[in-house]
Amino acid sequence: MTGSIAALGAGLAVIGAGIGIGQVGGKAMEGIARQPEASSKIQTAMIIAAALIEGVALFGVVVALLGK
Amino acid sequence: MEQLFEGLLNDHLGFVVWAAVAFIILLILLAKFAWKPIMAAISERERSIEDALLKAEAAKEEMARLTNENEQLLKEARAERDLILREARQLKDQIINEAKSAANVEGARMIENARLEINSLKAVAMSDVKNQVATLSVEIAEKILRKQFADQQAQDQLVADLLKEVKIK
Amino acid sequence: MDFRHILNSKKIILRVILGVLFTLTVCNTFAIQHENEPVEAKNAEQEAFNPTTAILEHIADSHYWHVGGELSFPLPIILFTDKGTEFFSGANFHHGHEAYQGKYYTYKLIEDKIRVVNAAGEVDKEASSHVYDFSITKNVLAMWLAGTILFIIFFTVAASYKKRKGKAPKGLQSFIEPVIMFVRDEIARPNIGYRYERYMPVLLTIFFFIWINNLLGLIPVFPGGANVTGNILLTFVMAFIVLLVVNFSANKYYWKHIFMPPVPVWLYPIMIPVELIGVISRPFALMIRLYANISAGHIIVLSLISLIFIFKTLWIAPVSIIFVLFMDVLELLVAFLQAFIFTMLTALFIGTAVEEHHH
Repeated sequence: MTGSIAALGAGLAVIGAGIGIGQVGGKAMEGIARQPEASSKIQTAMIIAAALIEGVALFGVVVALLGK
Repeated sequence: MEQLFEGLLNDHLGFVVWAAVAFIILLILLAKFAWKPIMAAISERERSIEDALLKAEAAKEEMARLTNENEQLLKEARAERDLILREARQLKDQIINEAKSAANVEGARMIENARLEINSLKAVAMSDVKNQVATLSVEIAEKILRKQFADQQAQDQLVADLLKEVKIK
Repeated sequence: MDFRHILNSKKIILRVILGVLFTLTVCNTFAIQHENEPVEAKNAEQEAFNPTTAILEHIADSHYWHVGGELSFPLPIILFTDKGTEFFSGANFHHGHEAYQGKYYTYKLIEDKIRVVNAAGEVDKEASSHVYDFSITKNVLAMWLAGTILFIIFFTVAASYKKRKGKAPKGLQSFIEPVIMFVRDEIARPNIGYRYERYMPVLLTIFFFIWINNLLGLIPVFPGGANVTGNILLTFVMAFIVLLVVNFSANKYYWKHIFMPPVPVWLYPIMIPVELIGVISRPFALMIRLYANISAGHIIVLSLISLIFIFKTLWIAPVSIIFVLFMDVLELLVAFLQAFIFTMLTALFIGTAVEEHHH
């Protein structure tokens, strides 16, 4: 069972990131649906936001895996 | 955790150095031999395309201007032609009218003249005819008289008749 | 992002689709073949297949380069020790089974790491700490290979720009140009501003270097097969370069924002460390992101293949292959996306560093 706590930690980090990126993606979709002409700007901003969230989540995952 | 970092530098410093060297060499080589000419070529081409577009735009404008001018000229020419035609027509009408009236006047004058001439000629002819009739009458009368007065008796008779007539009156 | 302009010609779409299909076919066929080999070797040794070690072994760096089957290239070993430089072939280790007597020490390959052993065959920790491993490992070689490929590609493209000056792009040029334009118009210009031209070389190099390494990593056989961008040391190097580029191009407003943030003075003891951590943590996030994304992709693909050996039946193979196919398609996208995000965030950081301020 070694490492299972670390795996749990990684899993928790991923849940947070999943919710966050889901929010970002959903809102971006709404934004695009509302203003299709701004879609490229929205997409860029969305990718950056998703990347930042993902960065935090990956911190979590890496720390969890390193700390096992 | 400690185990993880044990010998980290010994095992991995080499890779880090190789990676950095490789990346920096790649960066320098690509910057010199690839990015510089490629970016220059792309921006050069973009500029030339932009130039060409601008030129095309200018040419279009020039074209439009020329077309406009041509149209203007054409319009003016047409207007002028119309004007000239109209003037010509007016002139023609005027000339015709003038000619007509002149002809009328002249005709009237000629007719008048002719009438006058005719009248004078008629008068002359009439006087001539009269003269001739008078002469003829005189000649006829002379001839008759001469014949009648060929014998004395007839003359006497006439005188007597005339006297008689005078007496009666 | 609208990528359609990259694929605006039917011919290119067709080529890309065919290329993807071909790559995937090759990938899957060889992935299994490739995977088979060490697993069998392991089975022979331990009689038990441990997917974790097998997978970690595959995504790790190595002193050998497996080509397929039993064939693997030994790579040159270069060691800097406190006594002098050692240079010999990795073949001397016989896949870690034997120790090699070098000029100064006796070396053995333990878990693909070079350790000094004493006469009794035990690891000499004290001596090992004086040995620095500068070997040309699989990842180093793969990186050089990627660099060479990139150089050849872009040298050719640059030559065709010279040859066809001012004309429409053709062939490889017409595939590369939209990507360069994409980096310029979607990444550099909006994030950096009018000073973008200075940073184009570094952004383009980062973008194409990551992209080609990601793609080569997807190929399980010889020219690829190395997990270069999924190696945290490489991503560390790249992130460090980004850190240097960002901080060396930073203007006074950037430093003012860090050392004299627009907050009350009594908050400075809190704000300045936070800002300084921010300076480090942004490239750190770049490093972790690229490493974790690419490694995760590799781990998932390898796990799916490992299912065959975990269940010890061939019937699971079709399922594995279908899932691997799906993952590979996804990874093709991720390969581009990660290169894009790395470059994009680099451009963003440079943009914040060179921004003229407006407070």
